[in-house]
Amino acid sequence: MSLLSRLAEKSWETPGIDGLAEPDSYRPAAAQVGLYVYFGVACVLFSLIVGAYLVRMGMGVHGAATHGTAGDWRPMPEPPLLWINSAVLVASSLAWEVARRAARTLAWDDIRRMALIGAGLGLLFLAGQLLLWRQYQAGGYYLSANPANAFFFLLTAVHGLHLIGGVVACVRVVGQFGARGDQRRAARNIRLCAVYWHFLLLVWVLLAGLLVST
Amino acid sequence: MATTLADDLKPLHHPKTWVGKYVWSQDHKVIAVQYSLTAIGIGLVALVLSVLMRLQLGFPGALPSITPENYLQYVSMHGMIMVVYLLTALLLGGFGNYLIPLMVGARDMVFPFVNMLSYWVYLLSVIVLVAGFFVPGGPTGAGWTLYPPQAITEGTPGHSWGIVTMLASLAIFIIAFTMGGLNYVTTVLQARCRGMTLMRMPLSVWGIFTASIMGLLAFPALFVAAVMMLLDHLAGTSFFMPSIVSMGQATETQGGSPLLFQHLFWFFGHPEVYIVALPAFGIVSDLISVHARRNIFGYRMMVWAIVIIGALSFVVWAHHMYVSGMNPYFGFFFAVSTLVIAIPTAIKVYNWLLTLWRGNIHLRVPMLFAIGFIFTFIHGGLTGLFLGNVSVDVPLSDTFFVVGHFHMVMGVSPILVIFGAIYHWYPKITGRMWNETLGKLHFWITFLGVYAIYLPMHYLGILGIPRRYFALGETAFIPPSAHLANEAITVAAIIVFLAQGLFFINMIWSLFRGPKADPNPWGAASLEWQTPQTPPAHGNWGPKLPTVYRWAYDYSVPHAARDFIPQNEPPT
Repeated sequence: MSLLSRLAEKSWETPGIDGLAEPDSYRPAAAQVGLYVYFGVACVLFSLIVGAYLVRMGMGVHGAATHGTAGDWRPMPEPPLLWINSAVLVASSLAWEVARRAARTLAWDDIRRMALIGAGLGLLFLAGQLLLWRQYQAGGYYLSANPANAFFFLLTAVHGLHLIGGVVACVRVVGQFGARGDQRRAARNIRLCAVYWHFLLLVWVLLAGLLVST
Repeated sequence: MATTLADDLKPLHHPKTWVGKYVWSQDHKVIAVQYSLTAIGIGLVALVLSVLMRLQLGFPGALPSITPENYLQYVSMHGMIMVVYLLTALLLGGFGNYLIPLMVGARDMVFPFVNMLSYWVYLLSVIVLVAGFFVPGGPTGAGWTLYPPQAITEGTPGHSWGIVTMLASLAIFIIAFTMGGLNYVTTVLQARCRGMTLMRMPLSVWGIFTASIMGLLAFPALFVAAVMMLLDHLAGTSFFMPSIVSMGQATETQGGSPLLFQHLFWFFGHPEVYIVALPAFGIVSDLISVHARRNIFGYRMMVWAIVIIGALSFVVWAHHMYVSGMNPYFGFFFAVSTLVIAIPTAIKVYNWLLTLWRGNIHLRVPMLFAIGFIFTFIHGGLTGLFLGNVSVDVPLSDTFFVVGHFHMVMGVSPILVIFGAIYHWYPKITGRMWNETLGKLHFWITFLGVYAIYLPMHYLGILGIPRRYFALGETAFIPPSAHLANEAITVAAIIVFLAQGLFFINMIWSLFRGPKADPNPWGAASLEWQTPQTPPAHGNWGPKLPTVYRWAYDYSVPHAARDFIPQNEPPT
């Protein structure tokens, strides 16, 4: 039933539950719905920071739009580490993809191995980001030195915090199927972890694209 | 992977200890009460602040301990507490938590642990907020809108510490709200009982559901703004701080945009009005329908209006910024989008009136508050049409007209609904009945009192009396009648303030001494009144989840045995 036909339902005319029998696939699992709703929140969060980024980029020193004249925005350089980190995050997402596919067949050893590799590469990415911060600071690109720097640190911090949340969730999920509890539930949670990782990869690709192109 | 109601059937772990039952509780009903009591507690602080402000305005100098700095701090804290920590928390954290699972026929929220966490993080945000009163320099006095650069520049009260506690508290609140909001939305989408289609949900659930989605999408803007302003203040960045000369000294900041903050703030701030209003719209629809013994008029239109108002409210934010300076075409766009909201809103008002029309109206206390809401909301809504127009807003902006308008539409109106809702659901929540006489007295003093407070403010505003001023002094354009009006407003405000004691006495006394309540004292059709126990036990429904056969508004159905048919009664 489409959303529109549901919203057009004449509820006062339809007593009973005939025709409302729900197949098993009618409602997705709560964790899945919750995660997708959270993607909406995260999308708004990142787009607002990006929106502020673009507005602030066009500002002159007096806080008004410059209309082409030089503002105080000084773009940051792009060290090789930026690309190495991105590659690590891609590899991490790939590992999760393998785990997600393995979750279909409930191949627990594969799932566990790939999930831990995925989470480990995620941690490596975070370590790389910290190193990148140190490199920038050593080069004089402090948080307060320029708005471009401030936005870079802010965006990477928010993205990194989301990734830390993902690692915590991963540890919980791996613990869940380690205890040989509800297997179907554990497999579903692995798949959700993988989707979350892909989402963070997508966000990172867009952010890196923004940082490089401006 | 798909599960239907399997998640609802997993065994509930009933807490054994008092602490597990009432402190670290994962039961949505206990969390709802925790949320409500905390919100009302901090709301009382804001209420006291408003009385202090009124004393200063009505009788300047009567309380010499109130300095101009204090006055600004009271304004700021009063506004922020009322909007965010009282109304949002009470309507969504309190009523959302209590009503959603009971009204859609679920055992609990889908993520009970996250729900519990949401309350404790909310409590933390309140504690950080209150800490602002005790830090050096006191709380922020930047106004509830916290506009930079003044919010973090020398000369504004609380510019060093108070603003930090305020911004930190807001960020923590938003984390708490996001955890709660994810729960409310997912529970409505996923945990409805068998037969409960989206269009059979009571309008209270629709209002809370839509407001939760809006909160999830709007609060990130405030979060971003708060974090960026904290960085400007503590780390020396220039997101919002332009190059300025403060106290004769050029600051180190340059290039930041104060307008950028305003856009972010109001991108949150305007939907926030409807985050508060939509749950109130939904709840008042249910109160009117139950106590007029009639089905709600135009149920589908009511649902669509809620959704359309929610969507439109995201494209009107800059009408709060007409005087900040903007391209006239933007002003035109935002004025049009603002006025368009009047259409779905008017549909709702007409439908409430048409539900009352020829209804079997029982003027019990919840109904009195619901009808009172219709009055205050129409008044507040109509003055909103004035302020939505750029050319009318410019002279009225920052006057008492605005204060009168928004207190009527988003202060008094939701509060009246909250009172009505507490009186309405109190028998279900506590299993006891309150005192009718005290309740009616509370209503009439409050209802007439708020008119005595806010109607004269419109007159003051048209005279041009500015808001947020500590004292008016001897000013040529302010006639003596304005001072008299200010005194009258203050007297009315104190009476209304004291009258709230009737409510608290009634609620607390009834909790212990009130007569035992009938499980369904109002003869309501929605599911929360059909629970096997009153108050509902942990798990709500006993061994078997209910099945819903009809919508929530089968009142006075011809040839039916009673004048209402519960949602879970099968068709004959």
